[in-house]
Amino acid sequence: MTLQNPALSRRAFVKSSVAASGGLMLALSLPKANASLDPWTGKPMGTEISAWLTIDPDSQVTIRVAQSEMGEGVFTAMPMLVAEELDCDWSQVKAEYASANRSVRENGVYKRMGTGGSGAVRRSREYLQQAGASARERLKAAAAARWEVPVAELRTEGGEVFHDASGRRTAYGVLAAEAAAITLAEEPAIRKAGEFKLLGTPLNRLDVPSKVDGSATFGIDVKVQGMVYAAYDACPVWGGTLAALDDAPALAVKGVKKVIAVEDGFAVIAESYWQARKGLDALSPQWDLGPNASASSDAMRAEFKSDLDRRGVIAHEEGDTYGSLESAETVIEADYDAPYLAHLAMEPVNCTVAIAKDRVDVWTGTQNPESVLGAAAEILDRAPETIHVHNCFLGGGFGRRSMPDFARRALAIAKALGNTPVKVLWSREADTRTGHFRPLAALRFKAGFDATGKPVALLNRSATHSILAGFRPEVVQNGLDGSSTEGLENQPYDIANVSIEHHLKRTPVPVWFWRSVGSSQNGFALEAFIDEMAEAAGQDPLAFRQALLQKHPAMLNTLNLAAEKANWGRPMVPGSAQGIAIHESFGSICAQVAEVTVSQSGDVKVERVVTAIDCGNTVNPRTIAEQVESSVIYGLSAALWGRSDIENGQVVQQNFDRNRVVKMVEAPAVETHFSLSGGEHWGGIGEPALPPTAPAVVNAIYKITGRRIRALPIAQHDLRWS
Amino acid sequence: MKIMGGDGSGPTVAHDLGMHSMITLTVNGKTHTLDIEPDTPLLWVLRDHLELTGTKFGCGIAQCGACTVHLDGRPLRSCVTPVSVAEGQAITTIEGLAGDTLHAVQQAWIEHDVPQCGYCQSGQLMVAAHLVDNTPNPSDEDIDKAMINICRCGTYPRMRSAIHRAAALARDAMADA
Repeated sequence: MTLQNPALSRRAFVKSSVAASGGLMLALSLPKANASLDPWTGKPMGTEISAWLTIDPDSQVTIRVAQSEMGEGVFTAMPMLVAEELDCDWSQVKAEYASANRSVRENGVYKRMGTGGSGAVRRSREYLQQAGASARERLKAAAAARWEVPVAELRTEGGEVFHDASGRRTAYGVLAAEAAAITLAEEPAIRKAGEFKLLGTPLNRLDVPSKVDGSATFGIDVKVQGMVYAAYDACPVWGGTLAALDDAPALAVKGVKKVIAVEDGFAVIAESYWQARKGLDALSPQWDLGPNASASSDAMRAEFKSDLDRRGVIAHEEGDTYGSLESAETVIEADYDAPYLAHLAMEPVNCTVAIAKDRVDVWTGTQNPESVLGAAAEILDRAPETIHVHNCFLGGGFGRRSMPDFARRALAIAKALGNTPVKVLWSREADTRTGHFRPLAALRFKAGFDATGKPVALLNRSATHSILAGFRPEVVQNGLDGSSTEGLENQPYDIANVSIEHHLKRTPVPVWFWRSVGSSQNGFALEAFIDEMAEAAGQDPLAFRQALLQKHPAMLNTLNLAAEKANWGRPMVPGSAQGIAIHESFGSICAQVAEVTVSQSGDVKVERVVTAIDCGNTVNPRTIAEQVESSVIYGLSAALWGRSDIENGQVVQQNFDRNRVVKMVEAPAVETHFSLSGGEHWGGIGEPALPPTAPAVVNAIYKITGRRIRALPIAQHDLRWS
Repeated sequence: MKIMGGDGSGPTVAHDLGMHSMITLTVNGKTHTLDIEPDTPLLWVLRDHLELTGTKFGCGIAQCGACTVHLDGRPLRSCVTPVSVAEGQAITTIEGLAGDTLHAVQQAWIEHDVPQCGYCQSGQLMVAAHLVDNTPNPSDEDIDKAMINICRCGTYPRMRSAIHRAAALARDAMADA
């Protein structure tokens, strides 16, 4: 669809919404003569009950979602939290994005607008339930006033208020305008676990219909009238700059209008994207590669590993680990490492910007619309209140879209173009090499056992980047960043003497949050080493873990459920084996049993992953199962093949030809079972099922091949056996 | 060259270079005549010129399959296919997959709640539709062999069960017909 140029109207606005009946609509529209009609549907406009929801005359409820829909299901889960209390008819619920501009203008009305840390539900559940409960009580108060009956005699269900004593009932749509004018004397209490009517019900996602007919609008799909297209590329080495560029070859390409230098690279502007891309490919930029032109991840890994010979900063300590290791009957030691990793979201990053005299419109798929808004205000030197960020569906996030790096470059390009709207699109290769990476990490473990085989000491040293040091240095104290040592400093096993030490590293490679963050490498290394410890103790990997988790009933229950559902220990044919692992992250515990086959020629196939998860309570169990499937398969791609090597300061693997990922034929069956601790506990779900996958797989591979895999990815190891 | 446009009132380009390359395309049953460089990949013609944005750009090198459309009924990766190759053949995109009702794979995709981020799903559906249309009862091996597009959300297990379901829906529809 083509959007009207926002410069045409100050009152033009954009709306993104999704409903079970239709696609996400994205349109920029002039106000209609009749302002009470919805410009898209022509139907009467809804009444806004609060910033979170509107109710149409036909009782359709539109719920605003402040988190970003990138596949994790917030366009369904967040409306469920509101609808739980509202007692509306779920088939009449529609979701649309909350406005970051409004949140800026109205004192942060949408509270937290970033999406990350598996936090959507657990960090906003209470205020979203409150918004629904408050609206319900105001609708009841409106009915009570109409009927002149006490509110206490009313009940709500399916989008209607009932007065059973008199047999009267009225739909929310009829009461909405009156309810909107009511202020409650006090806020109602919200429902608790055990009282829920909707939460915990498996529901299909509201955004799915628009994602099977091509109508869902992603950032890349936005088209603004009069816009030009830009292809962007940056110096292939971090810290490098553009030394010289002859723009003539690009300008000779039909449709190319301009070549502009911007930040660390340049953009080719054309009438269409392909023309811009052709123009870009025709150029031979001369780069000053800067100080990082010889950077090598092999050298970085060697340096990280050498740091493990020295004591690090203490992240967590219990007892006398060094003394206990000295006096232990048996000591085992192993070194692990994990590579830099690109996110490889399916949609290459992109951003569309339209600058007008008194407003700026930005369309993109972002995990943080407020950071994009802030970037626009800063780069364009405009008041934040005049910046409108229109979030779109995200073609994958995984952390990649929480940094506004791409929006910043698009804004700089738009600034250079003045009032011509522009869509800036990165090639897959440029997306990868200008992205930020899961940190490289090296880890060492040492465990001591007494004469009975009981573990008495665990020493761990890790060397990796601090992600937070780059943008929140104040939280990195004494060389420790909790996101670097998560999963290690809180290791759950009951061992009397534990020392968790850390070396904070910095290299030219920019690092960022990658699905499950520090737990992605720490969970792998710890849980693979626990299997090594079990073997040293002469115990079965499940029994060994059970014995050390007696003080963690929630972990024990989750571990046991996974083992039971997978029929742990069942006979397997030669070449096949089970591996087990458990890890807690983002407030949820996840245990997995992987069933793996390794052919005698060394080909690995993960056949089945049985997962047990304790996320406390559930909003939408179907979405949770989907996120488990997603995390397992995303984690498996990384475990099997994932690596972003740096040679001569450049990323080696830039497209899917060299970044092998799991496809249908390699995808395991994934089972999800719930081990819910309930109560007031609400855990995250977008990430916690990722960390156990790699260790469960390598633990199974060991049983088949006798090879301990201590360095990821698995594919670098020769796994032939006979 | 001067940059024009942005006022919404007329064409963006002030002048053309006189290089007319008229190409006639039939997309979803509609015929379009376009002045376009013949080496332009079909993907960008669909997306930027015909505003059929359901077909996606993922890699540009025919690795991921997000750009899959049908050319005379067969799946084709449009990101590496010059538009000139498609001239005179029937092109079907995700927007044209449904007839009076959704295609069986689209129905099954909704039933099985397949898409997550959804970005690759147009391409996946075009491949799945071809499989179900031509293989009435696809085995898991048939599915493995046909479904070679990338999904980073890992919707493969749900796609697999949805394909089996779609095949059953299609067989039922045949039996009713």
